[in-house]
Amino acid sequence: MASGKEVDQTSGTETTGHEWDGIKELDTPLPRWWLWTFYACVIWAVGYWVLMPAWPLIDSYTKGLLGHSQRASVAESLAQARLAQSGFVRRIQASSLDEIEGDPALLEFALAGGRSAFAVNCSQCHGLGAAGAPGYPNLNDDDWLWGGSLDDIHQTIHFGIRSDHDDTRVGDMPAFLRDEILERTQVEDVAAYVLSLSKDVEDAAAVARGADIFAEECVACHQEGGAGSRELGAPRLADGIWLYGSTNATLIQTIANGRASVMPAWADRLDAATIKQLAIYVHTLGGGE
Amino acid sequence: MTTKTPQPSLARAAAATGVERSTAEAVNKASQRPLYEKRRKIHPKAAHGTFRRLKWAIMAVTLAIYYLTPWIRWDRGPSAPEQAVLIDIPARRFYFFFIEIWPQEVYYLTGLLIVAALALFLATSLFGRVWCGYSCPQTVWTDLFIAVEYMLEGDRAARIRGDAMPWTAAKTARKAVKHVLWVAIAVLTGGAWVFYFADAPILLADLARFQAPPVAYIAIGGLAFTTYMLGGIAREQMCTYMCPWPRLQAAMVDEDSLVVTYREYRGEPRGLHRKNETWEGRGDCIDCNQCVAVCPMGIDIRDGQQLECITCALCIDACDSVMGKVGRPRGLIAYDTLANLDNRAAGQPPRLRLLRLRPAIYVALIAVVSVFMLVTLGTRANLELNVLRDRNPLYVTLSDGGVRNGYTLKIINKLHRTRALRLSATGPLPTRVSVLGNPSTDDPVMNVGADRLVSFRVFLTVPATALQGESTAVAFAISDSATDTQVTYDSVFRGPAQ
Repeated sequence: MASGKEVDQTSGTETTGHEWDGIKELDTPLPRWWLWTFYACVIWAVGYWVLMPAWPLIDSYTKGLLGHSQRASVAESLAQARLAQSGFVRRIQASSLDEIEGDPALLEFALAGGRSAFAVNCSQCHGLGAAGAPGYPNLNDDDWLWGGSLDDIHQTIHFGIRSDHDDTRVGDMPAFLRDEILERTQVEDVAAYVLSLSKDVEDAAAVARGADIFAEECVACHQEGGAGSRELGAPRLADGIWLYGSTNATLIQTIANGRASVMPAWADRLDAATIKQLAIYVHTLGGGE
Repeated sequence: MTTKTPQPSLARAAAATGVERSTAEAVNKASQRPLYEKRRKIHPKAAHGTFRRLKWAIMAVTLAIYYLTPWIRWDRGPSAPEQAVLIDIPARRFYFFFIEIWPQEVYYLTGLLIVAALALFLATSLFGRVWCGYSCPQTVWTDLFIAVEYMLEGDRAARIRGDAMPWTAAKTARKAVKHVLWVAIAVLTGGAWVFYFADAPILLADLARFQAPPVAYIAIGGLAFTTYMLGGIAREQMCTYMCPWPRLQAAMVDEDSLVVTYREYRGEPRGLHRKNETWEGRGDCIDCNQCVAVCPMGIDIRDGQQLECITCALCIDACDSVMGKVGRPRGLIAYDTLANLDNRAAGQPPRLRLLRLRPAIYVALIAVVSVFMLVTLGTRANLELNVLRDRNPLYVTLSDGGVRNGYTLKIINKLHRTRALRLSATGPLPTRVSVLGNPSTDDPVMNVGADRLVSFRVFLTVPATALQGESTAVAFAISDSATDTQVTYDSVFRGPAQ
């Protein structure tokens, strides 16, 4: 105990000798464990400067003796993940779509991969839950423009619809009014007929006139009774599912100006295994055939 | 000052009574501990007697429990580990003999900790700091480390002499061997710890071949370091400065708790006593300081109750043997209650009141929590069902106007065998059930592997005409005919606004 120091009467602690308005500053020591931890941290910090990337320079930074880099370690983790997946990926490349769906382990892998690829590439138009939007089909339901079998879905993803790929699927809905194929009243009559295929329409005369025009202009693609054609991508008109909406105004707009929405071809953007996984994921959403 | 030679009168007195005398100082006496002074090393003298034997026995039992528990085998069938006590972090299971705990059941651990805390309160209110004195790992390992020191460097006097002498080859060798043994004990301590987290025989083989996971070596190293530091170097500082328990215990102990006491009414006035001298007009304490010499905490029990005292009772052993030699009754230092100290001093008969309100409340609380835990453990379901309804899309309209909802069913099978579960959906709506990957549409059967959580995609379809409102109740049920168990989960079926 250092002698000669003043001791505070109440606490029994030495004072530093500093005094303000009669209040004296106690000289309580730092706990030793605290001091040691502090010194250890100082040593650690110096070691860290030397060993790890630490100081910014003009156009670079000190790399550190250990050469650690977070960018490199992320790249390494990604490479390891790819290596771990490579067995599954190879099997998916080598198997047919049906074989993948029949193998629970492969299916689980394909669904996980398909879900993530869908979120990255497809959800912008079709929505994260694949529920679609006007002009972008709902992939959960059982109504398919170009077919809902595994192979059909795979082909659609691979080559796209009205895409820039040579083997793309193409269907053509003419602009009946804009290209002066039909008169304005005729277009309205056809719309009345098409609506009558799935719900009650009051104007029976318009429906009858529309039926005649339909039989002449539309039946080649949309088939008798609006049954649709998957070869041509002509939607079925006799059900409750509408790509652009089922109001009279929407129908008139569709018939008057035509529709030509585009789905890109993914063959050049995604690898074969990813496209297979996407096809399987979409097929299992609930409407797969 | 601890090395000064005994005064001649003290030496004579020792010869006279056959009682060893000590000049031991209570270095941790609160009044002798200025803040800026360095810690003064304590050299506890070896004690012999009832409580020392009890402490050896408890040390043997607690160390045996710690080291042997991971090696107990327990047959759970092929799908689960056969280690009786195992914290399986990768598989997210905790096994404790017949109990198996899943991550979502950690509240059992909460209950266990509550019971442990209450048991500590109960023991403290009855017997003072018995936990600190006998079974706290800090006490057990410090005792073990001091035993090694005693073996190599001798008892208190020899150790003090040894520390004060210059560094000779012999002293260096003795100290080196001591630290090597301490490190060995520390490494074994950390080494035993990791066996609780992996299959012990396999991990031991891996550790020996340096092929165990790095985390095992890091854990061993970390625990070895703390064991060496706390048991070998820090010792009583852990209890006095780092542990919160000495601060809390004042609230647990009352005047009817058994604590280690110095019977001042009998001992004072203390003083040197020569053979054949009368005991009239003086106390029984002959001021031999043996109680101070054996104290591992560096205090003098004659100063009364102190925060530093861990009630290890070694001073009782030391004093009893001295009382035996001078022919006075034992128990000058003894387990007693503070109330009885007053009673005895006032000449009234002592009363031991173990049945008091405070311990009764602790017992009642322990009983409540224990019963609750046992009941929940006993009635714990081995089959669980969780249903997550799709929110995007909320529902899907089909081409025939029907509506379909998607659900993810998470089924937990806690049995150690595969179960075939029949799924059904009941409610006001006529629903058709289908499970992704399962061709059956009429009450499909799903297989869930042993001790697993499995997810299924399930679709319910309702015809267009049947829907009544936007949301209709539907209950999923999975039933296991083998064990006659059924679990249900209430959900809803959603459709377009009507």
